[in-house]
Amino acid sequence: MAINLVQGALFTVMVVRAGMLADPSFEHELARQIELSPRFFRAAPVVLDLRRAGGFESAEEFADARDVLHRFTLVLVGVQNATPAQIEAAAAAGLASFAPTAAQPTRVRPEAAPPAQPRARLITAPVRSGTQIYARGTDLVVTAAVSPGAELIADGNIHVYNVLRGRALAGASGDVGARIFCSRLEAELISIAGRYLVSDQLPADQRGFPVQVALVDDQLTLTRI
Amino acid sequence: MAKVIVVTSGKGGVGKTTTSAAFAAGLALRGHKTVVIDFDVGLRNLDLVMGCERRVVFDFINVINGDANLNQALIKDKRNDNLFIFPTSQTRDKDALKREGVERVLEELKKTFDYIICDSPAGIEHGAITALYFADSAVIVTNPEVSSVRDSDRIIGILSSRSRRAERNEPPVDIHLLLTRYDPDRVVKGEMLTVEDVREILSIPLLGVIPESESVLRASNTGTPVVFDADSPAGRAYVDAVARFLGEQREMRFVKPEKRGFFRVLFGRA
Repeated sequence: MAINLVQGALFTVMVVRAGMLADPSFEHELARQIELSPRFFRAAPVVLDLRRAGGFESAEEFADARDVLHRFTLVLVGVQNATPAQIEAAAAAGLASFAPTAAQPTRVRPEAAPPAQPRARLITAPVRSGTQIYARGTDLVVTAAVSPGAELIADGNIHVYNVLRGRALAGASGDVGARIFCSRLEAELISIAGRYLVSDQLPADQRGFPVQVALVDDQLTLTRI
Repeated sequence: MAKVIVVTSGKGGVGKTTTSAAFAAGLALRGHKTVVIDFDVGLRNLDLVMGCERRVVFDFINVINGDANLNQALIKDKRNDNLFIFPTSQTRDKDALKREGVERVLEELKKTFDYIICDSPAGIEHGAITALYFADSAVIVTNPEVSSVRDSDRIIGILSSRSRRAERNEPPVDIHLLLTRYDPDRVVKGEMLTVEDVREILSIPLLGVIPESESVLRASNTGTPVVFDADSPAGRAYVDAVARFLGEQREMRFVKPEKRGFFRVLFGRA
């Protein structure tokens, strides 16, 4: 059996410019920012940007930088925009070299941090034909009717406390545990994590009733509530 | 305070222009100074339905572009002094409807009129969006069939998200349903949606039900708004709808099949 030993993943990492370390007000400013959102900075990885920075050609200099950041609970994990000599010194200090890209943010604002548990998106007005509502990374709760030709999409569960006549796609990012609940099922299409049933395939005995939809053994399964 | 009312539907051929003409005439008959504007640039019809096609000199687009003033373009109805028709251009297209120009014209009309009726083109493109953008109230013209209901639903969604009131977070456009071409006999046979079906799907207040009637076709072809035909069921239904719009309570008529006498059954529908 083949096992993927290496898998890719994307992370948000803070970047500190090397020049800033030398600035006498750096520590004070960093302490102030951390105080604003301590959770965000706790044990957060940091990359040191060496663009136009002199020095940093010995492992000791990197060790010093690591100590400074460590005092603020930050973990120095690597460098970017480094010269070959700097890369070598960084490697000796146990730091990785990140390839800089144009799209990479050079400064990450702390307010960009997503809340740990985003609240469900709540819709109280009728969802009319042609409207698409996407609850990114969370559940979607609708208390009004969902018209034919309307589309509800959620990365989490979808609750409709009214008649569902449009489309409902739960677990849109692949969450197979997501479910759909509605007070009256008259949907054009229901889908969980990419498995779907169109209106024609919905069991006649579930139509018009309060129903919940879940994926059981990779099959969309409808049960009366 | 002058009120801008858009008559719209999304779908074509459901009776927007007939309704605009009848509604405007109905408000005028009730003593309100009313103007009805044709927003269907390039497919000018309102002047025909209002019977003033031979008196059109300047049009809505001329006024928007500043080539003519309002008084030159407005046509006074010969049957009612409170009623004015604002025809559109047959040679231009919807792109001529510049939002700033439309706003300027509407603001000027608001100074003299109580009600400004905007007869929207079909569709959800620029023409229809411009017609509904400045609305305070909307009359959604719907036929008792599924495609019309779905298009109405779409246009209601647009009204509540893309009108000026929605964009400015003002109180929402006051939206009413007008069910037209309703044939109670076919509803009983299950060939048409019932009033209740349509109300349930659209969930907006019902202004009236206009029965399918030969008098509507006759009215359009003779250029007489159907409310002037006080004997026709459609004319009476529009009069009721206008009264409800003005806040009166009226019982819904023409929603059940007529009881027919022996001779009517023999000789077909009157």
